[in-house]
Amino acid sequence: MHKDNQPLIFEITKAGRIGYSLPELDVPEIDLSSHLPEGLLREESPELPEVSELDIMRHYTALSNRNHGVDTGFYPLGSCTMKYNPKINEAVARFPGFAHIHPLQDESTVQGAMEMMYDLQVHLEEITGMDEVTLQPAAGAHGEWTALMMIRAFHEANGESHRTKVLVPDSAHGTNPASATVAGFDTVTVKSNEFGLVDIDDLKSKVGPDTAALMLTNPNTLGLFEEDILQMAEIVHGVGGKLYYDGANLNAVMAKARPGDMGFDAVHLNLHKTFTGPHGGGGPGSGPVGVTKELAPFLPKPILVKEDDRYTFKYDVPQSIGRVKPFYGNFGIYLRAYTYIRSMGPDGLKAVTENAVLNANYMMRRLEPYFDLPYTQHCKHEFVLSGRRQKKLGVRTLDMAKRLLDFGFHPPTIYFPLNVEEAIMIEPTETESKETLDSFIDTMIQIAKEAEENPEIVQEAPHTTVINRLDETKAARQPVLRYTKEKEPVNV
Amino acid sequence: MKHRYIPMTETDREEMLSAIGIATVDELFEDIPEKVRFKGELNIKPAKAESALTKELAQLAAKNADARTYASFLGAGVYDHYKPIIVDHVISRSEFYTAYTPYQPEISQGELQAIFEFQTMICELTGMDIANSSMYDGGTSLAEAGTMAAGHTRRTKILVSETVHPEARDVVASYAAGQFIDVVTIPHKDGVTDMAELEELLDDNTAAVLVQYPNFFGQVEDIQKIGDITHAKGGLLVVSANPLALGVLTPPGKLGADITVGDAQPFGISEQFGGPHCGYFATTKKLMRKMPGRLVGETTDSEGRRGYVLTLQAREQHIRRDKATSNICSNQALNALAASVAMTALGKAGTKEIAYQNIAKTAYAKSAFEKAGFEVKYGGYHFNEIVVALKKPVKEVNAKLLEKGFIGGYDLGLTYPELSNHVLIAVTEQRTKEEIDALVQEMEALHA
Repeated sequence: MHKDNQPLIFEITKAGRIGYSLPELDVPEIDLSSHLPEGLLREESPELPEVSELDIMRHYTALSNRNHGVDTGFYPLGSCTMKYNPKINEAVARFPGFAHIHPLQDESTVQGAMEMMYDLQVHLEEITGMDEVTLQPAAGAHGEWTALMMIRAFHEANGESHRTKVLVPDSAHGTNPASATVAGFDTVTVKSNEFGLVDIDDLKSKVGPDTAALMLTNPNTLGLFEEDILQMAEIVHGVGGKLYYDGANLNAVMAKARPGDMGFDAVHLNLHKTFTGPHGGGGPGSGPVGVTKELAPFLPKPILVKEDDRYTFKYDVPQSIGRVKPFYGNFGIYLRAYTYIRSMGPDGLKAVTENAVLNANYMMRRLEPYFDLPYTQHCKHEFVLSGRRQKKLGVRTLDMAKRLLDFGFHPPTIYFPLNVEEAIMIEPTETESKETLDSFIDTMIQIAKEAEENPEIVQEAPHTTVINRLDETKAARQPVLRYTKEKEPVNV
Repeated sequence: MKHRYIPMTETDREEMLSAIGIATVDELFEDIPEKVRFKGELNIKPAKAESALTKELAQLAAKNADARTYASFLGAGVYDHYKPIIVDHVISRSEFYTAYTPYQPEISQGELQAIFEFQTMICELTGMDIANSSMYDGGTSLAEAGTMAAGHTRRTKILVSETVHPEARDVVASYAAGQFIDVVTIPHKDGVTDMAELEELLDDNTAAVLVQYPNFFGQVEDIQKIGDITHAKGGLLVVSANPLALGVLTPPGKLGADITVGDAQPFGISEQFGGPHCGYFATTKKLMRKMPGRLVGETTDSEGRRGYVLTLQAREQHIRRDKATSNICSNQALNALAASVAMTALGKAGTKEIAYQNIAKTAYAKSAFEKAGFEVKYGGYHFNEIVVALKKPVKEVNAKLLEKGFIGGYDLGLTYPELSNHVLIAVTEQRTKEEIDALVQEMEALHA
């Protein structure tokens, strides 16, 4: 094994060590074989670690030191809204009255939890301008699917099951077309125009009697506000379709414009993005969906209702699309979002948007002289540069992203959206200071200079990380997806 | 306004506006059409300072009856188990919880390696070849197993045993509807899947049979036989398994499972009113390229150092877009980490002991109920749940039990009409003999 390898927990195990403290058994011992059907008593124990409690803490502390989070440093990952994760959220989520309540307890014993849920729904309805909200979906993609299933149910209820097409702009998140597919629709791609916005003529040519919905992110993934939104709503509604809002970019317009006022019929939010979830290394998320009155009968069940001063779950919802998740969604995550909204208030949320947009525009204008900027109008909360100028010098966007690692920054989202060559998608968020932005900008400018004067240093980056670029082709061609004891260690 | 999460000062703002070449922030929003610009103030509650908000939310939490204050005998898919204290210490390291999906492996080796270890532990417990990095929960994971089986076999019907968690079955039905797949329920007989009905319902268009192990009633089913019957017709066996029970149960991988799913909540994840928990998804090498979700694989760098990357991404939505078989993107990474820490702490010996204790305590509870004159329904083998017949409505009994400091079991009549006045009692290693005796005594008194 290479001397620099970080040991796996399975490699520091020693037979006989334990890391647990189970209660003493205070009931009579049993003979397991007489309590299980024949052949179902496990013969071989699972090869799980045998380590002490300190071994575990050292192991995971070492792993955490090999990981970059928002608390480590700047994380301008476009479309992901990597803002600060408030610590009050973490404290609240661990109150026993929230952390240790069971979803199937009698409703009378969980009124506090249900009150929070109801109040959060009311807050999200106001923020999005929608009539009703469900908290059930577990993440953004899950919310997309939930809303599309509702739209499908709506069309079917109207005897219009021939509406099988969902329109998606070419700049859309990958989840949009994938969600359309798993909700049983066919996807039709709508082109962008030279300003990075939806091409209205192309949209007009693609809508028709088979249109179920148009899925739109506004601002779009280029960070640009779709100025023709009202016209687009008219076109889609005109043919009987529905308008779907992907809330991934809500941090750009919160308290400045509401999807409901733009004509959207359904909206999903990413509470782990805009509302400080946190991101958890990839989840858990939370993806509530808001809808108009017209779509409300199709909401997933149960529906949380307030009767006098009592909260209750309603299961008798005849037109509901059914249950999309056991229980009531990712309570622990939307509780954090609720805490955040209550920490910010109306003027706080407005300040969030204003500062997020100010930060993005400041960065964009300062970087504009050094990189290609395909769309030059003011951006919203994020913007997309193109690395094509540097590519001509032999330095790709990937190289520049890797070079940023040497300076302690998490790189922006790269190679997305797909309609920008060598894309670099930067989203600073409102929680970063001007000093941090300046430091990142100066580094980007330095890298642009390096690309001209000393390209090798960029091409061979990173130079300071615990590991160099990894062989991804090998990982995919000869997949090793788990540790096995017998396996020869790699590169002895 | 000033806020502790927003660092810009007035001076900063002036400098930035001037660098942009504008006078006011409002100019940046002029691209929003006048007609849709939101001009007022959001009608939401005003901001609250940290101490006051903490107090308010603590009071709200105190309105709920929690399993730290009450002795809980409620399970039905979500359990009060031993959660090693170190779990919260590890997942509170903000290098983990403030990161996102590990797109940049050079600075995400911690998360990637943790996932690789999670994948390994799930494989070890389930006896499957490959496990992904997590799914939302056990219910959606089961639903994705059903749609994956339909896609793989190109068949359009799936059978689900009535002994699978009712809410999970609902989710399976919703997902299946999305892809025009028919779902048929196999009735139960004496608390286990009715084999005769299974053979009757199974046909050449059946993509998969979905069963739970141990099942919703706490019974350990003969999944090998179900698998044999299913395979004979070319269908796949999908097993939803409680991973904690696999400390002592023969793993589904050894019993013919093609896909094993479940929820890792019993390992170190708090109940949290039902979420977030942590779905897992494991399958065979043969089905590897059909599986949903993120996968982490081992590789090396230019100097031969071992490292981990997201791999086989050609399956996923961000590459395949409308050709993807699943739309999952964000998953339950932090909870997979929590489960990994708990599985590590319990380790080889502890996973066996904890599962053993669940069976021993449940056996004790069963005999205590029987001695007190209760009928414990279904004579089969129990893991940590039993079905007890009552003479009164469960809701009424549970209300009385609450006054005595107990959270009672699950009211089976809510989802199985033939089982009204039957309660599903869960007994984990957390419940003491004293608590079990006291529960039985109180219920006996209520019965009289």
